[in-house]
Amino acid sequence: MKILVLVKQTFDTEEKIRLQDGQVQEDGVRFVINPYDEYAIEEAIRIKEAGDAEVVVVSVGPSRSEEALRTALAMGADEAILADDSELFGDEYSAAKVLAAIARKDQYDLIIAGNQAVDDGSGQVAVRLAEELGIPHISTLTKLEVNGNEVIGHRDAEGDEEIVKATLPVLVTAQQGLNDPRYPSLIGIRKAGKKPLTHVTLADLGLTAEEIARKSEVVETFLPQPKTAGKILSGDLSQQVSELVTALHSVEKVIG
Amino acid sequence: MDFDFTPEQKMIRETVRDFAQREIKPIAAELDRTERFPIEIFEKMGKLGLLGLPIPEEYGGSGADFISYCLALEELGQACAGTALSYEAHISLASMPILHFGTEEQKKKYLVPLAKGEALGSFGLTENGAGSDAGGTKTTARLKGDEWVINGTKIYNTNGGYAKYVVLTALTDKENRGISAFIVPTDAPGFSVSKAYEKMGMRASNTVELILEDVRIPKENLLGPLHRGFRQFLATLDNGRVAIAALAIGIAQAAFDTALEYSKSREQFGKPISKFQSVSNKLADMAMHLDLARNAVYKAAWLHDQNRPYTKEAAFAKLFASETCTQTCLDAIQVLGGNGYMREYPVERHLRDAKLIEIGEGTSEVQRLVIARQLGC
Repeated sequence: MKILVLVKQTFDTEEKIRLQDGQVQEDGVRFVINPYDEYAIEEAIRIKEAGDAEVVVVSVGPSRSEEALRTALAMGADEAILADDSELFGDEYSAAKVLAAIARKDQYDLIIAGNQAVDDGSGQVAVRLAEELGIPHISTLTKLEVNGNEVIGHRDAEGDEEIVKATLPVLVTAQQGLNDPRYPSLIGIRKAGKKPLTHVTLADLGLTAEEIARKSEVVETFLPQPKTAGKILSGDLSQQVSELVTALHSVEKVIG
Repeated sequence: MDFDFTPEQKMIRETVRDFAQREIKPIAAELDRTERFPIEIFEKMGKLGLLGLPIPEEYGGSGADFISYCLALEELGQACAGTALSYEAHISLASMPILHFGTEEQKKKYLVPLAKGEALGSFGLTENGAGSDAGGTKTTARLKGDEWVINGTKIYNTNGGYAKYVVLTALTDKENRGISAFIVPTDAPGFSVSKAYEKMGMRASNTVELILEDVRIPKENLLGPLHRGFRQFLATLDNGRVAIAALAIGIAQAAFDTALEYSKSREQFGKPISKFQSVSNKLADMAMHLDLARNAVYKAAWLHDQNRPYTKEAAFAKLFASETCTQTCLDAIQVLGGNGYMREYPVERHLRDAKLIEIGEGTSEVQRLVIARQLGC
C-alpha cells in the first residue's frame, strides 16, 4: 500500500502574530508541522508499522517547509516531496491543483491530511484534492481502520460520531484525537537526512500558471480588536432585562 | 566561520525542546519539592534514543555529535536541571569512559544497554578524602585469582540508587598511588547504597553514597590500563565539563526568560519595570553574559567534534557558564523582587540548582587552576 500524507508548515500555535504593512511577519517565528497534519503523519506511520506500506509526505510551501518534511521523515515517513517553486503558490484552489498533479505521478491507495491548517483554517485543500482526483473522502476522523481494500472511518460529526465505510483509493482527514503523535526518535532524525526529498517545479508537474491561478484574493489582513472590559448590569431584574435588550438592539446590534 | 547549526542539530534541539517542555517542565517544581527522581522520564528518554545521543550507532546510540548533545542538555536544563544532571552523569560520566577506554567486549556488554536506555549508569570518583584531589582515593581493588575485590565508600554519587552499572575508581597500587577504573554491576553482592542525600538544589537527581564491602567483579571489568585510571578520568572530566556548562546555559536561559517576561508585565509608577534603566541595564547585562557563555560552550563542543585539544576551552566554558548561571539566577530573583523569593515562581529553584554547577565536576577554583596550568603558570 502506498500512502500520501499532506503536510503544511505553520506558525507555532503559541506564537504571537505581528502585522507590518498588512503582512504577517515571519522573522524570529517558530514554525511547526500543522498539528492536524501531525495526526495524519502518525496515522500513516502506524499503518506502515502494522503492515506493509510506503509513506510519502508532500508539502506545497516555501523552502523552510523542508524542516517540517524532515521531521516527518524522522518520525518514520519514507520519502518527501516539496513543491517550493513560488510559481506553484496561490490559494486553496491552486494548492489542490498542484497536489493533484503530484498525486497523479504515482499510485496512492490512501491519502491522509489534517482536517485543516491552523494558520488559514480554510479546511479546503484536502477535500478539493479528493474532488480533483475523483476519489471519495471521509473528513474529521477520530478513528481509522484499514482492512485490505476497505476503510472504516469514525468521524467527528459536531459532537456525534458517524461511521463511514469506503473502498480504496480514498482520502481522509484527521481530527484531534485520532492518535497521539510520537516524538521523532534521535536515530530517526539522523536517518532523516539521508532519506529522499524531491523538489518539484511548475514545469516538473507539467502545469501552467493559468491552470493553477488563484480564484480568491486576500483583500485585507488585520488583527482582531483587543477585548474590552465587559459590562455588568445592575438594578432590579426588569431594569436589567430592558437594559440588555436595548444594548442588543442598539449597541451590539445583534438583534436587527 | 559559521555560527549556524546544521539542519540535523536544529531538529535534535527542536525534538528535545518539545519533549522537555511537554513532559518534564510541568512536573519540575513537584520533583524539586518532593526530591523525586523521575524514572518514568528516563524510560521515555531511553525509547527516544536520548540516553545514547552522542554514542555511536554501533554501540546502541543515536550517533549525534557533541554539539547536539550540548543542545539537548541546554533544553533539558531549561525544563528541569536535576533531571538534566542525571542525564548528563549517565552519558558524560558513565557511558563516555566506557566508549573511550572500554574493550570491544565491555562496550557490547555495558555500553549498549546504557546507550539504548535499558540501564542507567553512574560514576564514582569522590570520596571523603578525595574530591578536588582525586589522588586521595582510599577505595581499594585487589586482584584475587580471576576477580577484583573492591572495598570502600564513594560519596555524592549521581544516579547511584537507580544505576545498573557504576564506573568507579579504586587504588590498585598503594605505593605509587596507582588508581584504576572498574565497571561494577550494582547487583553484585556486597554493593549497597545509602539513602539519598537531602540537597539544596538538583533535587530531582538521585544522589547517594556507594558502599562496597568485598564486592567481587570479574578480572575483565578493569576499564582501561591498570594503575592509570586517574589520567583517564581527567580526560572524561573534560567532556563532562562542556556538557555541564551547557546545562548551566539552560538554567540561566530559563531564569532570564522568566525575569524578562516579568519585567514587561509588572508595572510600578504607571509603567512596566522593564522601562526603568535600573532594571533594563540588569537585563542587558544578563543577556550579554548568557550569550557569551553560550558561545564559549559551543566553541568547546565544536573543538571536541573536530578532535582538537579543548582542555582549556572546556574549563573556560565550565567556569564562565556556571558563574554566569548563578549570577543570572540571582539577578532574576532581584528583578522579580519579593515574588522571586517565593516558591510560586521558578527562579529560586533555578538559583539552588545553579549553585551545584560551580561545585560539581571540578569546582570553579579547580577550573582556574586548569586554565592557569594550560597557560604554563
